[in-house]
Amino acid sequence: MNMSLEELGRIAFEYKSRMDGFKKVILICTGTGCVSSGAMKVFDALKKAVEKEGLKDKILIKKTGCHGLCERGPIVVFGDNEILYQTVGKRNLDNDIRLLISTIKDDAIAESLLYKGDDKTKRYVSTHDIPFYAGQTRFVLALNGIIDPEIIEDYIAHGGYKALVKSFSMERDEIIEWIEKSGLRGKGGGGFPTGIKWRSCKNAEGTIKYVIANGDEGDPGAFMDRSLMEGNPHAVLEGMVIGAYAIGASQGHIYVRDEYPLAVERLQKAIDQARSYGFLGKDIIRSGFDFDIQIFRGGGAFVCGESTALMTSIEGRAGEPRAKYTHTVEKGLWEKPTNLNNVETWATVPEIIDKGWEWFSSIGTEESKGTKVFSLVGKVNNTGLVEVPMGMTLKEIIFGLGGGIQGGKKFKAVQTGGPSGGCISEEYIDMPVDFDSLTKLGSMMGSGGMIVMDERSCMVDVARYFLKFLVEESCGKCTPCREGVRRMYEIVDRICNGDGVSGDIEHLEELGRAISLGSLCGLGQSAPNPVLSTIRFFKDEYRMHIDEKKCPAGVCKALIKLSIHPDRCTGCMRCSAECPVKCISGEKKKVHIIDQEKCIKCGTCYDVCRFDAVTIE
Amino acid sequence: MVEFKINGRQVRAEKGETILDVAKREGFEIPTLCHHDVLGADGRCRLCVVELRRGKRKRIVTSCLYPVEDGIEIFTQTEDVKLVRKTVLELLLARCPSSDVIAYLAKQYGVNIVRYTKDNDKGKCILCNTCVKTCENIVGVSAISLTGKGPFKRVSTPFDEPSEVCIGCGACAVACPTEHIYMEDRNGFRTIWRKKFELARCPVCGRYHAPVEQLEFISKISKTAMDELLICQDCK
Repeated sequence: MNMSLEELGRIAFEYKSRMDGFKKVILICTGTGCVSSGAMKVFDALKKAVEKEGLKDKILIKKTGCHGLCERGPIVVFGDNEILYQTVGKRNLDNDIRLLISTIKDDAIAESLLYKGDDKTKRYVSTHDIPFYAGQTRFVLALNGIIDPEIIEDYIAHGGYKALVKSFSMERDEIIEWIEKSGLRGKGGGGFPTGIKWRSCKNAEGTIKYVIANGDEGDPGAFMDRSLMEGNPHAVLEGMVIGAYAIGASQGHIYVRDEYPLAVERLQKAIDQARSYGFLGKDIIRSGFDFDIQIFRGGGAFVCGESTALMTSIEGRAGEPRAKYTHTVEKGLWEKPTNLNNVETWATVPEIIDKGWEWFSSIGTEESKGTKVFSLVGKVNNTGLVEVPMGMTLKEIIFGLGGGIQGGKKFKAVQTGGPSGGCISEEYIDMPVDFDSLTKLGSMMGSGGMIVMDERSCMVDVARYFLKFLVEESCGKCTPCREGVRRMYEIVDRICNGDGVSGDIEHLEELGRAISLGSLCGLGQSAPNPVLSTIRFFKDEYRMHIDEKKCPAGVCKALIKLSIHPDRCTGCMRCSAECPVKCISGEKKKVHIIDQEKCIKCGTCYDVCRFDAVTIE
Repeated sequence: MVEFKINGRQVRAEKGETILDVAKREGFEIPTLCHHDVLGADGRCRLCVVELRRGKRKRIVTSCLYPVEDGIEIFTQTEDVKLVRKTVLELLLARCPSSDVIAYLAKQYGVNIVRYTKDNDKGKCILCNTCVKTCENIVGVSAISLTGKGPFKRVSTPFDEPSEVCIGCGACAVACPTEHIYMEDRNGFRTIWRKKFELARCPVCGRYHAPVEQLEFISKISKTAMDELLICQDCK
């Protein structure tokens, strides 16, 4: 197809005209989070109800990608974010469908489905007013939650593929220059300047070149790339075609972990549609440029998110990294020049080409431009996906967008950068979030995971948790990572079990340093971070565990004793009812007692007591 | 031609050579375990690390893999280098407490005590991959491979079953730097990787000298008559 901007405009116009026939548009989030809380049931039920009301031709119900506010799913949005309904169908599906129908028919706003503020009194109607959204700058996620990811015309109607058409009228070097000037840096964790990478790959010797989108998002609690691939797959494809054209690559791969079946399905649909419109395949938009994309499903090894291991995996061998002394832009996949970028980086490219590099570089900080998507999880009120300009402080993200700590507890630390990132303490909460500031604190941006911890989190236990993950996910190729990380785990595990000895902290620091220095790949080099950063910011907590055999957060079971304070216990019986091993005895309105012999120290009694009568020593 | 410095001394090298190649030729001592002159380098053991400085920047690199560059300065004995080597050897000794090779190297590089619980299930295997490469690249049968990941990584035949393609040549056992691979010749049979091979008897001297399957393999690829191969090397 001979695709010009006019032609794109015509497709957009036709689609919009068809949509204009509908009186109302209702967007139902079908991101993984909302689907798991019942969004498909809401979709089916609402569709049936609308048909029953005879409104089938007047009301458009659209399935969209992730809206970000996963904590409150299923999310249903009316029109252009005029009304946001949350937890629809969670308590009573039939009733909620009735409420939706009355909003459709009579514009009656269903108070019970509105988002409520922290104080539970203020209710928000429009998406734009909710602090979680109001504080964000959504560029990469702009169309997530608005378009139907399975309909290419919807993407085109929202400006999609305009950047691709535009870039084909630009010189290849000019495209790369724009990316360089924009200041875009790799959003998968490394933060390497994207333009420089593209230029090196373009200049590398060889006629066959590859581009790869890294969608092997393996960090626990991270789902940025997943939401993009599921919610706006065409943005990723468009970015890749532009990059491939600039670099001169003929083949692209998207490496998606097999744990993301919906992403695989939607990407494949998007690829098929893009081919039918001539955005992929031979002679793309009559430019003479050939380029196609294949999806490669990863087997689930964390290390395959590392670029060289990922390429080894595509080649059909076990995912082991190799030294990058020869860069992958010179010798990558099948020893050919290969440009690998993260999914989010690719999805940013069309925005830069469309709006110009000046626009992009005006957002963010001096060294880190643009925005970054974070998955905000843990003990924060609003868990979900947020996109913020680089340089926003941790405090603004956690307390502004995130709405603070659950249950009004005290903030203790935030873990950024995935399992091999680091924990940052409260004293640095005003730190801006960008590539370099986080690295200085011994953590990293990583792909954008952000796990918030409260006073009930033990930092030694947190370090143990991440170490366990890293022990299991080490590929085992090189000695320091394979043998060293498991030994670090053994030491930290010993400390948590009350068997820490003097010298353990120094031993961990020395071993951690040796692993950082001596490991082959980035995973190994950063694997000691969870320990080193928690020692750096929470050394006293380690000392308490080792010297006094105490866990101040009350988490490490070997070091705690739960008891009930006789003055505060009201005898409400709640703890004895909830105790999984039934070790709490006491009559109604009388002081309860914990049988220390039977207690498994799970902390349930502590969590459920409303009178602070359960104490942890 | 590339020029750079090792421990302050100017050295010259061909483009494409590694730091280890040049250091060895020039007489600098760098310990190795997984490196093999014929099979090449993998960068697995991390014993051969050296410190590379360029201007103010310094970093630890793997000398067996790093291609030489003009103007770099290499140091083979800095504190960081010693820390990595010593740590690697302590970790390997904890993994393979029965290996004399590791024990000797560990002592040489200052490991006096092992602070970790010693493993008893890993034998003497340090996962250097030499056996796998020997089998794949030299023998050409790929009977064994690395399997599993992390601490559970090990060398084995597919599904730990006796391999259909193994010819019992024992090249893996000969190449192994730590003598981990078990091979036994007894009563006319060779046992290796859980498979029992019948040994061929030399018709001249009557000595058992090679597995029949190995001779058949050689016969097939070299198109040499079996009768000829059955005669042992000494009697030829």
